[in-house]
Amino acid sequence: MTSGILRSRRPIRAAEVGLGISITVAIIAIASAIPHLPWQLLKPLTSFVARYPLLNALANAAMVANFVALQCLGFIWLERKFAGWMQARVGPMHVGWKGLLQTVADAVKLLLKEDIVPTDADKPLFALAPYLVFVPSLLTFMVLPFTSAWVGYDLPLGALFVLSISTTSILGVFAAGWGSNNKYSLLGGVRAIAQLLSYDVPLILVMLSVVMLSGTMSLTGIVTQQEKLWNIAAHPLLMIPAFLIFLICTLAEVNRAPFDLPEAESELVSGFHTEYSGMRFAFFFLAEFANNFFSAGLAVTLFFGGWLGAGLPAAVWFTLKTLCVIFLMMWIRWTLPRLRIDQMMSFCWKVLVPASMALICAAAIAGVSH
Amino acid sequence: MDKPLTQSEIDTWKVPVPGGSVLLAPADRLAQWARRNSMWSLTFGLSCCAIEMMAAAAARNDLDRFGIFFRATPRQADVMIVAGWISVKMAPFIKTLYDQMPEPKYVIAMGGCASAGGPYRDSITVVKGADQFIPVDVYVYGCPPRPENLINGIIKLQDLITSEHALTRRGQPLPPRTPIVIGGE
Repeated sequence: MTSGILRSRRPIRAAEVGLGISITVAIIAIASAIPHLPWQLLKPLTSFVARYPLLNALANAAMVANFVALQCLGFIWLERKFAGWMQARVGPMHVGWKGLLQTVADAVKLLLKEDIVPTDADKPLFALAPYLVFVPSLLTFMVLPFTSAWVGYDLPLGALFVLSISTTSILGVFAAGWGSNNKYSLLGGVRAIAQLLSYDVPLILVMLSVVMLSGTMSLTGIVTQQEKLWNIAAHPLLMIPAFLIFLICTLAEVNRAPFDLPEAESELVSGFHTEYSGMRFAFFFLAEFANNFFSAGLAVTLFFGGWLGAGLPAAVWFTLKTLCVIFLMMWIRWTLPRLRIDQMMSFCWKVLVPASMALICAAAIAGVSH
Repeated sequence: MDKPLTQSEIDTWKVPVPGGSVLLAPADRLAQWARRNSMWSLTFGLSCCAIEMMAAAAARNDLDRFGIFFRATPRQADVMIVAGWISVKMAPFIKTLYDQMPEPKYVIAMGGCASAGGPYRDSITVVKGADQFIPVDVYVYGCPPRPENLINGIIKLQDLITSEHALTRRGQPLPPRTPIVIGGE
């Protein structure tokens, strides 16, 4: 009996590692086949779209929106599988092959659920809040460079755009918390605002130090100047602490454990989306996972050379690196317990902010000596 | 989990068109499939049955295999697993939580107490079963039921979802369901 329990505690089996490797190989194979597909057949369509700027922008937006929705399908499955492995379980198994269609089933079910608006809720705010949260996380994807060509819109002020747009999602969180007219929602909303606003400060400072070293605010520019050496290897003394601070801040920004205070289940039921059901709730979920992918992608862009790499196509390199950062974030999430609110705030203001200030000074000195 | 489609069932969906035929499958099937495979349940442990419910979600039995995970808020839950004995004081809260869940919603009465009052049936402070005030779909036998038996009840509930009409007109309630009793005797 004892040996049986011990055997069942083995978290990841050889078959699962094999599965992971084969999926990775399949992704690489598909991605390397993409340039050889008969794209010239689409030439009349693409040239027609390119002639009209508005049509072009719409096509870009549709591609980004579809990408965000589709990556969430895979990402949520991966998260649940990963959680299962961390807890000596297997995760979703019965829907589709190895539970791959689990998220599809969840999405269809959420679409068909009853849509409840509480009687005492502030109805316009309540209805608007999910979109106020979702749209900023969608917008940030417009400047994320997958490769030098695969970027929705290469803004010269990309880094600034990302920071300012992602901060506006706080408005949606507060609208959700206030509009629900529920004490748990309001408390969760207030906590979320406190957390997002405080952790924005070190995040901005750390990004500023990277920008100071790169000399450009365009995200594609930051990647191209890493062509010789990735940022994290070029200035290790400066960039490794910067990456750690960045990682901690993004964990707090996307409300993942150990910073999942806004939706702490044992204290606040479900935080600011307590009153949301059906598709409105799905939008919050979608925004959370989109933000998560985006933060990982931003970390790769700033510190790990974006799409740069030898041998494989650029987009594959970017995706692989992003997946590595995502795995790191999942690992942290399913390992650490939740912080207390005072611990979280004092850690931000007493440790992270001074540390990132020091990093800025160091970056300035390093920039002068270049 | 999913029952394979029979050829005769597929044949009934065939619609002949010039040059061949197309399959028109009912949307009911899709809705049933989604509901059956994504039953988020309400975290609602009342007493000792809750320990077995947690065991069912943990490493050995793993309810997440069936796409079940526990949500803390009734607004995002589909299934309420009433696990444990219901005191007279607790019953109104269970009713409120049930009312707060969005349709379609299902209830599993787990264990003897939630089904019929169990060993405390003669007490004046214990409600004699969850079906006294909310409609119950599946009764799971046991005191407390082992996780296997709870999973059995969940599979029976999946069968029940498959057999009902999933889509109704707007504003019309779902047709009444016949409850399933598991085990006993």
